[in-house]
Amino acid sequence: MSNGKKMNLSLKIWRQADKNSAGEFKDYTVNNVSPDMSFLEMLDVLNEELIIKGEEPVAFDHDCREGICGSCSLYINGRPHGPKRGVTACQLHMRSFHDGQSIVIEPWRANAFPVVKDLIVDRSAFDRIITAGGFVSVNSGGAADANSILISKDDVEYALDASQCIGCGACVAVCKNSSASLFVGAKIAHLSRLPQGSPERHKRAINMIKQMDKEGFGSCTNTEACAAECPKEISMDVIVTMRKEYMKAIKEME
Amino acid sequence: MELNAKIPQGDLKDKWSYYKGNVKLVNPANKRKYNLIVVGTGLAGASAAASLAELGYNVKSFCFQDSPRRAHSIAAQGGINAAKNYQNDGDSVWRLFYDTIKGGDYRAREANVHRLAELSVNIIDQCVAQGVPFAREYGGLLDNRSFGGAQVSRTFYARGQTGQQLLLGAYSALMRQVGLGKVKLFPRYEMLDLVVVDGRARGIITRNLITGAVERHAADAVILATGGYGNLFYLSTNAKGSNVTASWRSYKRGALFANPCFTQIHPTCIPVKGDYQSKLTLMSESLRNDGRVWVPKRKGDTRKPMDIPENERDYYLERKYPSFGNLVPRDVASRNAKEVVDEGRGVGESGFAVYLDFADAIKRLGVDEIKMRYGNLFDMYYQITDEDPYKVPMRIYPAVHYTMGGLWVDYELMTTIPGLYALGECNFSDHGANRLGASALMQGLADGYFVIPYTIGNYLADHRPDGLDINAQEFETVEKEVNDRVGKLLSVNGSRTVDDFHRNLGQIMWEYVGMSRNEGGLKKAIKLISELRDEFWKDVKVLGRNEELNQSLEKAGRVADFLELGELVARGALNRNESCGGHFRAEYQTQENEALRDDENYCYVAAWQFKGDDQLPELHKENLKFEFVTPSQRSYK
Ligand SMILES: Cc1cc2nc3c(=O)[nH]c(=O)nc-3n(C[C@H](O)[C@H](O)[C@H](O)COP(=O)(O)OP(=O)(O)OC[C@H]3O[C@@H](n4cnc5c(N)ncnc54)[C@H](O)[C@@H]3O)c2cc1C
Ligand code: FES
Repeated sequence: MSNGKKMNLSLKIWRQADKNSAGEFKDYTVNNVSPDMSFLEMLDVLNEELIIKGEEPVAFDHDCREGICGSCSLYINGRPHGPKRGVTACQLHMRSFHDGQSIVIEPWRANAFPVVKDLIVDRSAFDRIITAGGFVSVNSGGAADANSILISKDDVEYALDASQCIGCGACVAVCKNSSASLFVGAKIAHLSRLPQGSPERHKRAINMIKQMDKEGFGSCTNTEACAAECPKEISMDVIVTMRKEYMKAIKEME
Repeated sequence: MELNAKIPQGDLKDKWSYYKGNVKLVNPANKRKYNLIVVGTGLAGASAAASLAELGYNVKSFCFQDSPRRAHSIAAQGGINAAKNYQNDGDSVWRLFYDTIKGGDYRAREANVHRLAELSVNIIDQCVAQGVPFAREYGGLLDNRSFGGAQVSRTFYARGQTGQQLLLGAYSALMRQVGLGKVKLFPRYEMLDLVVVDGRARGIITRNLITGAVERHAADAVILATGGYGNLFYLSTNAKGSNVTASWRSYKRGALFANPCFTQIHPTCIPVKGDYQSKLTLMSESLRNDGRVWVPKRKGDTRKPMDIPENERDYYLERKYPSFGNLVPRDVASRNAKEVVDEGRGVGESGFAVYLDFADAIKRLGVDEIKMRYGNLFDMYYQITDEDPYKVPMRIYPAVHYTMGGLWVDYELMTTIPGLYALGECNFSDHGANRLGASALMQGLADGYFVIPYTIGNYLADHRPDGLDINAQEFETVEKEVNDRVGKLLSVNGSRTVDDFHRNLGQIMWEYVGMSRNEGGLKKAIKLISELRDEFWKDVKVLGRNEELNQSLEKAGRVADFLELGELVARGALNRNESCGGHFRAEYQTQENEALRDDENYCYVAAWQFKGDDQLPELHKENLKFEFVTPSQRSYK
């Protein structure tokens, strides 16, 4: 760890012009990095230097920089979102690195997430999975009073543990099979635990899982790497729930 | 230009019912013949697109992020207000209305705000039906917390991530309509201009952010839900991509821009650390429920907070405002923080901070309870500062957070361009000169789920769908202008980066158009901004091409618009010779340093009309009439 002193770092960053081009690693150095900088601010500094030199800046996704939008998606030294547990790359600070360290930065790698440019990938497969069933079928207007159905605190807390998934894709990126089970399980677990989501739970499980397979995500390895790397620390429980829901749904259909 | 707000007749509480009962309708079979464009997928845009699609309209939905779920609304933390009175503590639609009007320092329209308060209750019902997991009590009923500017508990929340849960609800409704084929999604698309045909908004020009392709989209009406312009100040709590381009381009096509100088500085943000700082992080206002704000009594006291005994601390909000204490509205809390810092009593390395202390709350409630209430905020604070707020008080300082100003809209949320609507933070409608906490989420969802589905029909009923062709001359012209502008940005090839200009603009804005403004400073800002703008077009360096994913180019377009907007904000502030809400003019204050309004001369909405790049904008006034409440000097003592 850094003890508040400025650091010099060497970076190895994946550069790829677009989806169809081949990519390669390029070496860069950044000097005078403050330990209080966020990881993305360190990349900002690099990009400013590159632009001034007339070199193309490194493209990476980001927006909220607060760990909640799920945009940032950097594979840092072999781990999605870097070395720290429970944080996204935008919340990772340079105090987690030390002077002279070399850092390898790659995009998420998965067939279902093709690289768009440099460190940016296409995660629209996640949107299509939600489209397949990640909702409650109610239209605007006409809902009953919000307190008319009681929901136990435990159920709500469980639902919220699952629904806080930010859809970043770290679970897919870290999985050997590029499985999206944690992502899909989180949505299924969230909605199946609440009375509002219950009526459609079986149809939802079948449709979302079907879409997940169609998008080219692999099957769950049971190694639990996804839960270990999830920046929101979503637990393997949701995958268990997903399987149960799916089995029940299949039985019902038979 | 006569500004007609189209406020319905009748008593305040009957206006919206009257409107709904008398509005023109589009027959269900005809709805599917209309094409609508919704730009933005935050709370306002996603809820609007979903609701309109449910009614049968064909909707195209645009956002610049890679997924609609990532819109800036996702970052809202604290909660959403609703006049449910579940706590039996005296809340009502009237009280929420009154608090919001008063909180806005009597610069909002009564009829709009009352409608908002009425709809607030439906929002909670709607969200719960979608599966939004709001916090509950052990008995299974919904829980509430308090927010600034209110003496009741009416804020619904989902830990410190209410915006996320609400947006995921709206996003799921939107994606359901995508699946049903009623919404076509355009993520990673940026609207770069508005197309007006025969005086009506008929389409937009977009840039595909992956390929750079500039495209035309036609529609029967265009709805903007593109968020606020806080990033004008460079450092703000907004997401990095938040920008003013859609509103600004519409302003330049004839939509009036209202109250641009009403910007909100949030009192509780993590202080600035260094030059590299790229954004500021909010610590939700909900923390002021249990955190106590203080600074040392003595100037230049550099002892550690724990070493400063109780009687040498100044809990200045509790001292000055005994009835609201730490829960005074944001503008009041921010100004007071600045005041103690200016006196030399600020804390931390830079001296630009005050303490927000949880020691008493932890003693009273226990660590577990505090963790339950604010766990993720405490974690976030720890990540950023490397200090543990369970053990040492947080250090906070005000930062730009929200913009009350925005496109002028009437009661139907239509701008001054027929067929162009503005929803959510990008309009100016409901918060006057200061927004109360937990009211933006409420407004965005009210606009999208419950207002626009009614009001748009009133317009469409008079305009048959005519399947306007994107080859119309107007599209051609605007597309060419967009292409020229993009080409120009790429061809300057100067020596300074876009971020460098943006940071520079932010410094000017913060210094002269920030928490405290005065005539001399504002005039100086106008001059500096216009010089900076000239320099930008001579010296900006944007590498790469249009025909690719080019983040510098995206930023350059946004900053170019901020460089124009900044001047309008300063002009608006210069025009308003009074202090109200977030607009504080040092020349106009009471003896106790509170904002001094001038109702005689400034009780109006200042709506600015674009007159040309080399001309001054023209001011139009919508006089505000208070028929149901009497504006008074706000007091939170
Ligand atoms: C950190 C933080 C915490 C907050 N907490 C609270 C809270 O607890 N309670 C509360 O009530 N309010 C809160 N607010 C305020 C509230 O979150 C926002 O005012 C509100 O979410 C704005 O919603 P919106 O739908 O109007 O716009 P946004 O959510 O900002 O969405 C804008 C949308 O427009 C799109 N867009 C913008 N420009 C273009 C363009 N040119 N082309 C295409 N698409 C475009 C974006 O992609 C995005 O989808 C908070 C704000 C911040 C910053
Ligand atoms: S940028 Fe939003 S989660 Fe990292």
